Amino acid sequence: MPKSSCEVMSKRAASSTAKFGFGSSIAIDFERSNRRSDNLARVTLPLFSLNDDPGPSFAELLRKVGLQPPVPSGAIAGSLAITHGTTCVAIRYADGVVMAGDRRATSGNLIAHRAIEKIFAADRFSGVAIAGAAGPAMEMVKLFQLQLEHYEKVEASALSLEGKANQLSAMVRNNLPAAMQGLAVVPLFAGYDLARNNGRLFQYDVTGGRYEETSFAASGSGGSHASTVMKLGFLDSMSREQTLDLAIHALFTAADDDSATGGPDLVRGIYPTMATIGADGFQRIDESEVSERFAALLSDLSSRENNRAARLPETPSNIDGPTS
Amino acid sequence: MSMPYYVAPEQVMKDRADYARKGIARGRSLAAVVYEGGILICAENPSSTLRKVSEIYDRIAFAGVGKYNEFDQLRIAGVRSADLKGYSYSREDVDARSLANQYATILGQVFTHEMKPMEVEILVAEVGISRATDQLFHILYDGTVMDETGFTVLGGEADAIRVRLQALWSDNLDLAGALRAAVDALAGPDRTLTPGDIEAATLERTDARRAFRRIDELERDALLSS
Repeated sequence: MPKSSCEVMSKRAASSTAKFGFGSSIAIDFERSNRRSDNLARVTLPLFSLNDDPGPSFAELLRKVGLQPPVPSGAIAGSLAITHGTTCVAIRYADGVVMAGDRRATSGNLIAHRAIEKIFAADRFSGVAIAGAAGPAMEMVKLFQLQLEHYEKVEASALSLEGKANQLSAMVRNNLPAAMQGLAVVPLFAGYDLARNNGRLFQYDVTGGRYEETSFAASGSGGSHASTVMKLGFLDSMSREQTLDLAIHALFTAADDDSATGGPDLVRGIYPTMATIGADGFQRIDESEVSERFAALLSDLSSRENNRAARLPETPSNIDGPTS
Repeated sequence: MSMPYYVAPEQVMKDRADYARKGIARGRSLAAVVYEGGILICAENPSSTLRKVSEIYDRIAFAGVGKYNEFDQLRIAGVRSADLKGYSYSREDVDARSLANQYATILGQVFTHEMKPMEVEILVAEVGISRATDQLFHILYDGTVMDETGFTVLGGEADAIRVRLQALWSDNLDLAGALRAAVDALAGPDRTLTPGDIEAATLERTDARRAFRRIDELERDALLSS
């Protein structure tokens, strides 16, 4: 290879940079490069300066990059159909917590969906159940799941169960302006506390109030009916089977008395979603097991109904009235 | 008026590269090995709390050598980027290639424009549904990206370790075999590494959402003694 051509090239490179090197001050060059990397951070990796760092919080990160979902402003017209999810329950038992939710979503007096899910794994050892406006509720669950996973990855250790419950509390509180406009979300949160080795459950109100329950909790339009059944049926340290049956009974009763709560849909084979959260983590219950337990409850209830007159007798056949 | 000294750009780049390489060479190395059930990442790391290998996303892992605070900062930026992308689009849209490009951009930018280059080498690994779609991106302190197959080695002694690992590696290793190959290659002929010096994690080719799994002490010792 002609060695001289290389020399020429390097000389040319040297002379062009020489001009640059002498012509501009180094300080200015650094300033420009800082600004450039600052812009770059926004289109590529999200890098933050020390006093602007969002830490392990995903919600804070969303705020920093401007991706936080907007809070609706102004009143929501009464005629606007908002989809609502309805009843969910959580019950403590010997090995953890059972969560269950019906599958109906309503929009005013219409059934919007027959098979939506209201029970979600928040992470490996906790679950969240939602009642209220379906859209914001789904978004809240998605954010909550991400928040827990994000924390776990950034900090290299998972949040405590208490910490998770408090995070959800903050999210419900942040939703308060939307709740005032009819988009309330009221979740239940349950999990297995690895530090205390027991199941715990939390109930919330629209202001973000967080209440730990020792036995059971319910949320949604059919919640009060479900609560009554659970109150009567609850025993300390129940087995998994007993607890699943109690949850099914509670949901059935809620569906029986509340039009917004869906009962078992035998035609389409749609049953409530159920899950247990114990030392083995969040485990969804097989739909076949749920349907078997429902069938058992239904046959029990209908055998009781069979022994009873279906309705009161109509006008007595004896017009003369009762004879004493 | 004082005149700034003229330094040839070749010299500036060479000095920066030497500086970064020296910093990286002070730390221990790591190796990533594709085995039959996924990707094993194995680092020489006496600390059991300060990690070199971590999870970024469902099927993506990160590993770094060099200055801990610098690669950890990059790791967190990667987690943020991936989680933001998954949130804005969908979980399937998060991929290692785009993340590797983002890292390369930042490292290149810092290398040419900042006072000091980052003294790190990083690995972005993604386990695919089959071996053919596994990805290993090895990114250097100056933003150079290398797309590797089969295995890759990061760190100051990478060249020597790569030669040893090439001899030990085959494309049908199981997890224990892959771990032993990686540990032997990292140790070399003159040293033996105790299990306590090894940090290992895998990206498993599973149906579960999160493929990253740390190999705990018990399992590591069992694999190494099998």
